[in-house]
Amino acid sequence: MLPVPLRVVEANARTYRRTWKGSVVTTFLSPVLFLAAMGLGLGSLVDRETGARALEGLAYISFLAPGLLAATTMQTGASESSWPVMAGIKWIKTFDAALATPVGVPDLVAGHLVWVAVRLLMTSVVLVVVIASFGAVSLADALLAVPAAVLTGMAFAAPVTAYTASTEQETRLSSLFRFAIIPMFLFSGTFFPASQLPDWLESVAYATPLWHGVELCRGAALGTDATLPVAAHASYLLAWVAVGWSLSVRSLRRRLLP
Amino acid sequence: MKSTHRAAEPVDEAGPGPQNESNDRALVEARGLTKRFGEFVAVDAINFSIRRGEAFGFLGPNGAGKTSTMRMIAAVSPVTEGRLEVFGTDPATHGAEIRARLGVVPQSDTLDTELTVFENVYIYGRYFGLPGEVLRPRISELLEFVQLAERGDSKVEPLSGGMKRRLTIARALVNEPDLLVLDEPTTGLDPQARHALWDRLYRLKQRGVTLIITTHYMDEAEQLCDRLVVMDQAKIVAEGSPTDLIARYSTREVVELRFPVGVQERIGDRLDGLATRSEVLPDRVLLYTDDGDRTTAEITRRELAPESTVVRRSTLEDVFLRLTGRTLVD
Repeated sequence: MLPVPLRVVEANARTYRRTWKGSVVTTFLSPVLFLAAMGLGLGSLVDRETGARALEGLAYISFLAPGLLAATTMQTGASESSWPVMAGIKWIKTFDAALATPVGVPDLVAGHLVWVAVRLLMTSVVLVVVIASFGAVSLADALLAVPAAVLTGMAFAAPVTAYTASTEQETRLSSLFRFAIIPMFLFSGTFFPASQLPDWLESVAYATPLWHGVELCRGAALGTDATLPVAAHASYLLAWVAVGWSLSVRSLRRRLLP
Repeated sequence: MKSTHRAAEPVDEAGPGPQNESNDRALVEARGLTKRFGEFVAVDAINFSIRRGEAFGFLGPNGAGKTSTMRMIAAVSPVTEGRLEVFGTDPATHGAEIRARLGVVPQSDTLDTELTVFENVYIYGRYFGLPGEVLRPRISELLEFVQLAERGDSKVEPLSGGMKRRLTIARALVNEPDLLVLDEPTTGLDPQARHALWDRLYRLKQRGVTLIITTHYMDEAEQLCDRLVVMDQAKIVAEGSPTDLIARYSTREVVELRFPVGVQERIGDRLDGLATRSEVLPDRVLLYTDDGDRTTAEITRRELAPESTVVRRSTLEDVFLRLTGRTLVD
């Protein structure tokens, strides 16, 4: 018999077969637009001026692409763990249905997060192909960033699941994106090095999981050294996964099995 | 392995054997079962035991503690105090094993509206670890059983309330449960849908499936339950078969009298001695009696001249209202 968490993964995969079309647009269209507008458009300006010196001769689109990969997996990880989780808890109560079977809360959380990892893997691979087709980075180099991208997405998926599980009002989910995800998207080294930020904001950026994800992805795809050793960035992200995971189990148990 | 045993397990005279064990032992046994949410006591030290093959009902007004009790039985809500055994095991330590043998029809549907009828049952069956080749023919049978065979490929969203309930029942049966737990299965359904559902539940009972039903519909309880408990304010206030309860807490018949406007107020003590018990409501008078005809004859003799007289059999509703009162519960 299939281990219980994998049964939850299977259920998610079967549901995804019915709903994947909706996610394609948001996951792929927006990075394509960003690569075109920022990478090619803005990039032509950056590369001509002083930016080229700041990026040490690197084409702006090549600098941008791995950062965008990390930022997109952040968004995928966070959105897969917000609205679908709220739907499971509150709107269509599919979590209640699963918990009436031998599936327990830890299985439910594990199944959900493993499924998100699968989704992140799918998303990153397609993004890498897009990035390569823009000529930003070679396909072989970009593929090296996939594990880092998945890890980045998971560092958001786990804590966002915990956040959603402990949130009664759905408006708080929009707030999460407005006040946490989007600012991180803009200021965590995706579009420009965090060193360009004012000092106080710079240290905030270094604390965000996205900055560590961007560093990892950029280092892997461009073959440059990340700011910290790879193990340090990865451990920081893994810590977010671990803490988020265990808080998810705790909050969901409190919420669904009162 | 940790297991809970009763202190004095009765010695089985017919000797050991799986059949004896399963027949003699209560399927669900609760002693001093208590559920608290913070200060609020939802279930207050109740005792009951449910035997294999019976249809057991929990009746009570809203907030009486029925759903909390059901959730504890279904191993999705931890027991605060007291003892609960389901299939002879403790839900706290054997939750997954208990749920594997249980079918649950929750109060509100938990169907995945983005999936088809078939997929809903299939995914649920997979949660039990059942392989596809077992599930596919079984789901066809189940959809046949709940009269949804033609709707297998339809999305769930457009189904009527009755269809969704029947689908939920089909889903709850996918693991061939020993015990089916139904929380207000017909609330919100039209009469046709209710009767269709009762018919299916009755057939399950005939097949030997043990049913636990919560309801606040008395006709539902009378139709389906062999035995029931009436809950009020977190406690069990009565227990027995529907006929038992009527005999114990009501009379065989009830005479309902309506008087012209203003007359009822002036009737005073002229109803005395007409019935075992009488109840004066704002719009009518209820006389609980074992012989409705004799009571009506006496009413005529006393020249009380009601506007209308109805003699009817006592129902569970009379028992229920007597035990739980007529005050509105919101």
